Amino acid sequence: MTDQSPPPHSGGGYDARVPVLALRDISKSFGSIRALRSAQLDLYPGEVHALMGENGAGKSTLVKIIAGMHAPSGGQILVAGQETRLPSPRAATQAGIAVVHQELLLFPELTVAENVFSGHYPRRGGVIDWAGMRARARDLLADLDCHDLDVDRRVGTLSVAMRQRVEIARALNQNARVLILDEPTAALGESDAERLLEIVLRLRRRGVGIVYVSHRMNEIFRIADRMTVLRDGSWIGTREAASTTEADLVSMMVGRAVDQVFPKISVPIGGPVLQVAGLTGGPLVRDASFTLHRGEILGIAGLVGSGRTELAQTLFGITPAKSGTIRLNGQDLRIGSPRAARDAGIAYVPEDRGHQGLVKPMTIRENISMAVLDRISPAGFVRRAHEAQLARRGFDRLGVRAAGIEQPVGQLSGGNQQKVVIAKWLETGPSVLILDEPTRGIDVGAKSEIHRLMGEMVSRGLSIIMISSELPEVLAMSDRILVIAEGRITATLTRDQATAETVGLAMTARKRTTA
Amino acid sequence: MTSQILPARANPPAAAPLRRFFSEYGHECVVALAILVLLVGVGLYNPRFISARNLGSIFSGNAYVAIAAIGMTILIVMRQIDLSVGALIGVLATISGSIAVSGAPIWLAWLAPVLCGMAINAVSGLLVAYAGIPAIVVTLGMMAVLQGGLISVTGGAWISNLPADFLLAKMAVFGLPMPLVWAIVLTIAAGLWLRLTPYGRSFYLIGGNAEAARAVGLPVRRRIVMAFVIHGAFAGLATLMFATQLQVIQSTTPPNLELLVITASVIGGVSILGGTGTVFGSSLAAVLFAAIGSALIFVNVSAYWQRAFIGALILLTVGADMLRRRRAASAGGK
Repeated sequence: MTDQSPPPHSGGGYDARVPVLALRDISKSFGSIRALRSAQLDLYPGEVHALMGENGAGKSTLVKIIAGMHAPSGGQILVAGQETRLPSPRAATQAGIAVVHQELLLFPELTVAENVFSGHYPRRGGVIDWAGMRARARDLLADLDCHDLDVDRRVGTLSVAMRQRVEIARALNQNARVLILDEPTAALGESDAERLLEIVLRLRRRGVGIVYVSHRMNEIFRIADRMTVLRDGSWIGTREAASTTEADLVSMMVGRAVDQVFPKISVPIGGPVLQVAGLTGGPLVRDASFTLHRGEILGIAGLVGSGRTELAQTLFGITPAKSGTIRLNGQDLRIGSPRAARDAGIAYVPEDRGHQGLVKPMTIRENISMAVLDRISPAGFVRRAHEAQLARRGFDRLGVRAAGIEQPVGQLSGGNQQKVVIAKWLETGPSVLILDEPTRGIDVGAKSEIHRLMGEMVSRGLSIIMISSELPEVLAMSDRILVIAEGRITATLTRDQATAETVGLAMTARKRTTA
Repeated sequence: MTSQILPARANPPAAAPLRRFFSEYGHECVVALAILVLLVGVGLYNPRFISARNLGSIFSGNAYVAIAAIGMTILIVMRQIDLSVGALIGVLATISGSIAVSGAPIWLAWLAPVLCGMAINAVSGLLVAYAGIPAIVVTLGMMAVLQGGLISVTGGAWISNLPADFLLAKMAVFGLPMPLVWAIVLTIAAGLWLRLTPYGRSFYLIGGNAEAARAVGLPVRRRIVMAFVIHGAFAGLATLMFATQLQVIQSTTPPNLELLVITASVIGGVSILGGTGTVFGSSLAAVLFAAIGSALIFVNVSAYWQRAFIGALILLTVGADMLRRRRAASAGGK
């Protein structure tokens, strides 16, 4: 399975035969843990090279080695054919390597221009040349086709997508020949992600070598020339994108064939479970009406900021509704708090599991039991045996992979953490489960497991509302799809009606009419 | 589509109970070991150090630190802190002493500091939880108010002629000094309460991730206020063991007491980042301080070194905590 493909097409005027960056037999250990063994990577000028693998495969470690944040335990790094050591991020920058990390490293209190130049302000006569700096920042952003970005704005006031462009501009300002993008679209909505891909293609035309880390298959196949797959810290192979299929790639990543990326079970749809009418609350939930049936997966699609998450949070009582009615199993509900929602039988797995879902220093057991602690403590004392039994049940049912229920959840991979959050909410015995971005940032294997679990849950009579930014996921998993734009439901589509086009159109419907 | 895509890997068998105990109480064991080493080491050098009489006086003289550290531990687990506890104990001691010499029933002199401690800390707690002011700011302000108020009201006069039946710390239960008994009983009771009840667990959940705790319906703000109130009650109990040791009560606050209490919590394994730590650890750490202070005297080192020792100990434990966290984080996948 280990093969090396020839260099790709040559990029504008660069010597495409010499890799701008080459990693040979890179290994890295943390204490007794081997994070990488003998990893390989060749990056040519004007190439988009996807770096892929499940969570924990070693991608982040490799990126950090290239960025000069970790020193490799063994192996060689060659920059433009020259063996180079990268003992610090500064050394990497000087070698022409720029990294846009998943967590953007910007100074929120400074302006766009100051951020683009951070650390290397242009000077004139010993003082900072403000005019020159602003003009140059404007040029750089225009180069990225970001004319709409005001260089005097404070970065803290920008959206994530805009901040990311600032970070890319900063990388280019340092004359980067190698740009590493670590999951750049993970936090972006559809249209911002689209724009980012265009920027990437633009940079490729200029001969920049780009290492692109992502879980999103459709993106990879659109922009990557080659892909390198890591698994369990080992290099599995490097392939030409043109001669590789999605299935090949997935099986390289998980080490076995995955028959279907979105396993959808058809479950007979029953009567109405949740009936929502005229629900309004906050600025982004306006007059929402819909019905959820027993055994149904209702997908919610919409752009970031369309009010998808806000709708879920209103149903769950985090931001209680101002008006409208919620009927659950034929009973009118007033949901004023998450506790009321839980007691009524609504569970919510939040978008940001680290922030709202998990207590990372605590064990799997304590995390799974936290939503039902009062129910398993009849005499005012937590019944440990009952708690352990319940935690083990959730642990087994969801197939959490860990050393045991006493392992702190902070040590688990993203997919396993998500399973713990779902297990926690299943213990409350909900009739409606709201999943907000259930597979964001988790690897392919865990993702298809979560899809399988969703099928299992609805076949047991649960009803699911699933919010997702990934259109293919929504299309494949949902029985019906609600599309939201600017706080309103703009379309309700059945499985047969829903296509990328119809959903996409409804997502931007309101924008177009008001624009 | 029923085939399992990823067969669940067999999980390793559950760890043996003893190993689990060490992984859960590892830090407490280390502190206990340090105490043991100190006792044996200094005891070999000077056997009088480990005489029952000396040990009794060391531990009962410092029991109040352990008692105050119980409440502080709960606060720090909740990611809060109280810098005013030293000043508070000074004020509560004066309140208690004044009642005792006024001729009022002695039980009132004992009850008052506990209730006043709860009331004063309720104010801090409300400001933190509902006005959203960081605890470090609120309690810094409270410290100044209490210190300034105390000295203004008393004019620096000491309270003497305390009635003999007020001096709780000088009494004994089954031949054991009262402060020691209190420290042990309160530590065990609080430790079990924190561990076994949903209420106690909620402090750890909120300290570990307040957002997630709120999402499962825990009343985060109310719990923050309660943590302050409980801490106030322990400060009151600590006052009783502190103020009734001698025949007089100074109307100034014991200098740096709050730091000693916070240090006991931190060295006992309470992570300053919230969510972990036990009162068993903080009480053991208080014992360790007391032992260090006394041991220095027995090996003829100036007692001033005690502070330097304890300071070094803080840096050592917090450093070890950070290192352990970093290890755990890098072991966890990426």
